[in-house]
Amino acid sequence: MKIGVPSEVHTGEKRVATTPEVIKFIQKLGYNVAVESGAGKKANFSDKAYQDSGAEIISDTKALWNSSDIILKVRAPEKHPALNIDESDLLKPGQTLISFIWPAQNESLMKKLAEKNINVLAMDSIPRISRAQKMDALSSMANIAGYRAIVEASHHFGRFFTGQITAAGKVPPAKVLVIGAGVAGLAAIGAANSLGAIVRSFDTRPEVKEQVESMGAEFLLLDFEEDGSGEGGYAKTMSDEFIAAEMALFADQAKDVDIIVTTALIPGKPAPKLITKDMVNSMKDGSVIVDLASEQGGNCELTVPHEVNVTDNGVTIIGYSDLPSRLPTQSSQLYGTNLRHLLTDMTPEKDGKMIIDMEDEAVRGATVIKEGQITWPPPPPKLSAAPAKKVIEPTPVVASEEPKRPTLLRQSLPLIIGALILYGLGSVAPSSFMTHFTVFVLSCFVGYMVIWNVTAALHTPLMSVTNAVSSIIIIGALIQISSSGTLLVALAFIGILITSINISGGFAVTRRMLEMFRK
Amino acid sequence: MSEGLVTVSYLGAIILFVLTLGGLSHQETARKGNIYGMIGMTIAVLATVFGPEVTNNIHLIIIAMLIGGSIGITLARKVDMTQMPELVAILHSLVGLAAVLVGYVNFMDETITFPTDIEKAIHQVEIYIGVLIGAVTFSGSVIAFGKLSGLIGGSPLILPARHWLNLVLLILSIWIGYEFVQHAETGDAMTYLLIMTVIALLFGIHMVMAIGGADMPVVVSMLNSYSGWAASATGFMLSNDLLIVVGALVGSSGAILSYIMCRAMNRNFISVIAGGFGTDTGTVTAGDAEDQGEVVPIETDEVTSLLQNAKEVMIIPGYGMAVAQAQHTVNEITKVLRDKKVNVRFGIHPVAGRMPGHMNVLLAEAKVPYDIVFEMDEINDDFPSIDVSIIIGANDIVNPSAQEDPNSPIAGMPVLECWKGTTTIVLKRSMATGYAGVQNPLFFKENTRMYFGDAKESLDAVLKELQ
Repeated sequence: MKIGVPSEVHTGEKRVATTPEVIKFIQKLGYNVAVESGAGKKANFSDKAYQDSGAEIISDTKALWNSSDIILKVRAPEKHPALNIDESDLLKPGQTLISFIWPAQNESLMKKLAEKNINVLAMDSIPRISRAQKMDALSSMANIAGYRAIVEASHHFGRFFTGQITAAGKVPPAKVLVIGAGVAGLAAIGAANSLGAIVRSFDTRPEVKEQVESMGAEFLLLDFEEDGSGEGGYAKTMSDEFIAAEMALFADQAKDVDIIVTTALIPGKPAPKLITKDMVNSMKDGSVIVDLASEQGGNCELTVPHEVNVTDNGVTIIGYSDLPSRLPTQSSQLYGTNLRHLLTDMTPEKDGKMIIDMEDEAVRGATVIKEGQITWPPPPPKLSAAPAKKVIEPTPVVASEEPKRPTLLRQSLPLIIGALILYGLGSVAPSSFMTHFTVFVLSCFVGYMVIWNVTAALHTPLMSVTNAVSSIIIIGALIQISSSGTLLVALAFIGILITSINISGGFAVTRRMLEMFRK
Repeated sequence: MSEGLVTVSYLGAIILFVLTLGGLSHQETARKGNIYGMIGMTIAVLATVFGPEVTNNIHLIIIAMLIGGSIGITLARKVDMTQMPELVAILHSLVGLAAVLVGYVNFMDETITFPTDIEKAIHQVEIYIGVLIGAVTFSGSVIAFGKLSGLIGGSPLILPARHWLNLVLLILSIWIGYEFVQHAETGDAMTYLLIMTVIALLFGIHMVMAIGGADMPVVVSMLNSYSGWAASATGFMLSNDLLIVVGALVGSSGAILSYIMCRAMNRNFISVIAGGFGTDTGTVTAGDAEDQGEVVPIETDEVTSLLQNAKEVMIIPGYGMAVAQAQHTVNEITKVLRDKKVNVRFGIHPVAGRMPGHMNVLLAEAKVPYDIVFEMDEINDDFPSIDVSIIIGANDIVNPSAQEDPNSPIAGMPVLECWKGTTTIVLKRSMATGYAGVQNPLFFKENTRMYFGDAKESLDAVLKELQ
C-alpha cells in the first residue's frame, strides 16, 4: 500500500506527519511512502532528506492525495488555501486518513468524512492504555508543549530562573507554580527545574505526588480529602468545597510565585477557571502566566486564546495553542514515531497491508470512522494507564506469622542432643579415636572461621583450591601402595593417579584464575 | 625419615593449608595463598613417600604421579573459564573415587590388626562411612558434570515418592552398615560393602538428577563439601590427622558455601537437596500470567545513546552472559564507557551463574578490573542513583516479585533492585520466564527497556556504535 504525506495547510503549522528517519521504519513494514514537496521544510526536513531515505517526492498536491491509500497528517482536514477546496474533498472512497481529528469538537467534519466512505483513525482518540503508550500522540505533544511553555515563559520573564550570587549582587531564583501534573505539567516541571527555578506543583490526583517529586518539584497539598482521579488517568471534576480550598491555595500562591503554568484539563469539558482576575492582579509586576488550556477556554480568566496579552499590572499571559508546532523538528519526529508504532500494530504481517482490527483495543479506540460508518465514541477502555485504584484492605495480622520466639528448650535442644551423642561416643570409644575426633572438631571450627573471611568474588578459586587440597587423600593411597597383593597395589596406583590429576589440575587452574584477577 | 619428622612435616602442611584458605580472603593475597597450598601438598607427599610407611613400589608412585600430574595440568591449561563448573565437578568426582578406592584397599588389607574388638568395629564403621561418602560424591559429581556440560538435561528429574525413596535408601544403608560390621568378624563382609557402594552410587545419581539448573551452585558447593568429608573419613580410617584436618577444612568450606548460596535464594538447604524446585511450585504462578502490560522494546542506537548520556551504569550479568560468551564484549564496552568518564560498576548476585563466584571468574577472565565488581550487598542501596542498569542474561535475581509478591515462589529471595534506577535495559532472547518459572514484572515496568536478541551479538552492535 502507498502512504501519502501532504503538507500541513493550517496557518502557522510547522509540523509534518513523518520524518526521513521514520520513513525507513515504515518501509520495513512493506509500505511505499510519498511526501509532498516542501512538506517538511518548516520542520527542517528537506525534500532531499526524504528522497535519501527512499520516499517519493510529489509536488502536485492533488496527485499525492489521489495516488495514496493511506494519508498521514497532523491537523484534521480543512480548507486548502492554495487549491481553494476543502482537504476532505480530496479524499476518495476506500482511503484511510490518520491524523488528529478531535471528533467531539468537530461533529460536522466527522459527518463529512463519513460520507466519503473512508476509514479515519484519530490520533487523539488512542486510548490511554499501557500498550498504546508508544502511539499516544497526545502525550508526546503534551510533553513538548510543557517544555516549550517554560521556554516561552522565560522569554517573557525579565529575570533568571536560577538563583546566583554574583559580583554584581544576589539573584533570587524564580518561583514557578505548575498546576496540573499530567504529561505537559511534568515536562514543564522538569524544564523549569533544570533551569534552576524553585518549582511547586498542584494536582487534584494525589497519586501523582511521587512523579512530581521525582521531577524535582514540591507537591502542594490541600488540607482536604478527595481523590480527583478519573477514568483513563485523567482528572475529573471536583466538589465545590474542594474547589474552594483549591482556589484559596492558588490565591495564596499567586502572591508569591513569578510564573504560573496551567495545564488543567478535564476530557470533554471546558477548561476549569483556576486563576481568577483577582489572583492575576495580586501577582508581581513582570510575572508570567502560560495557559496550556487556552484552546479549551483557558484556566485563567484573562487568557486570550492563541495570543500573548499583558495586563495592566504588568503580568504577561501567554495563550498560545500551538506550542508543539513551535518545536517543529522535535514534534514531527515524535508524532511520526507515534504514527509508525500505530502502523506497526496494524501491519502484523509486515507485508504493507494495513488491517483495521476492531478487536485491538488501541486500534479500536483510534478508529472513529470505518468504511463510512462513524464508530466514535469507542467502548470505554478496559485498562487505565494508572492502575485502577485498588482498595487496600488492611492486611489481617495473622498471629502465627509472627516470628515465634524460640523457647529456651527449643534453642538448646540441638546442643543437648549433640552433647548426649558426644557423651555416648566418649563412653565407648577408645582414646585413640577420641584424639582424632578432637582434632576433627577443632579443624571444623578453624575451617569455619577461615572460610567466612573469603571474599565472594573468589568463591570459584576457593572451590578449585579446596578441591586440590582435599586430594590430600593421596596420602592414603601412597601408604597403601606398599601393601602386598597385586590387586591392592593396582587400586592404590589408580588412587594415586587420579588424585594427582586433581592436585595438579586444581592448583594449576586456581593459579590461572587468580592470575586473571587484576585491578 | 622418622615418624616424628613425618608428623612435624604434616603439621607444617596443615598450617600451610590453613594459610591457603586464609589467603583467599583478598585478591591480592590469594596468589600467595595458592603457592602455600602447593608447598603444603609437596611437603605432605614427600614426607609420606620418604616416611616409614612407604617401603616399596616407589617407581609406581612416580609413574602414577607423572601421568596424573600431566593430565591435570593439561586440563587446567585447556579449560575455558565458562567451563569451570564442569571442571570443578569432575575433579570432585575424582576425590570421591579415590576415597572409595582407599577404603576398599584398607578393608582388603589383612595386615592391619587391632588390639581390641571395639577398635576394630570403629575401624570398620570408618571404612564404611568413608566409602559411602566417597561413592555419593563420585556419582553425584559425575551427574553434576553431565548436567553442567549439557550431556544430561538440566531440568530436574522427579521420581514419584522421591523423598520416600531417599529415606528407604538411607535406612537400607544404615542396616547394611550394621550387617557389615557384624560380618567383618567372620570375613564375608565384602558383599555388604559392595551392595552399599551400589546404593550410595544410586543415591548420588538420584540426588543430583532431582536438582535443576539454577540450584547448581548449591550442588557444586555441596559436593565440594562432601569431598572434604570423604577425605576426613579416610583420615579416621587411616588414623591420619593430616587427612582429618584437611578434610574438615574443605568440608566446612563447602558447607559454608552451600549455606551462602541457599541464603542468597532464601531457601533452606534441605529443600534444595530434596530437589524439584521450579516444577511443582513454578507452574502455578506461570499459568496465571495476567496481563502485566506491554514491554517496551529498544533498538541498538537507543541503547547506545542511553549509555553515552549516563553517568552511572550498573551491569548485572547472569548465566546468559556465560552462555553467550559475552564477557569480553562487556569488558570492551566497560572500557569505552570508562574512558568517557562514565562510572561503570558490576553487581553480582551470589547465585548468578552455575557455581559460587562464577561471574567474578568470567569477568576476571575478560580482564574487568575486580575493584569495579561488587557483591549484591555492597551496591544494592546505590540503585536510586544509577542512570542505566544493563541486565545480561539474568532473570530471577532481578525479579521484583521476590519483594512485592508474598505468594511468589521466589518470595523473600534477596534480589538486585535495579528497577529503582532511572532506566533498566534487559538483554534477553525472548519473553520466556526464568528458571523458577516465574514471570518477571521488571520487564513490564515503565522504566524498563527490552533489548531482544543474542547477548553477544547485541552487545557487539552496541560496542560498534559506541566506538
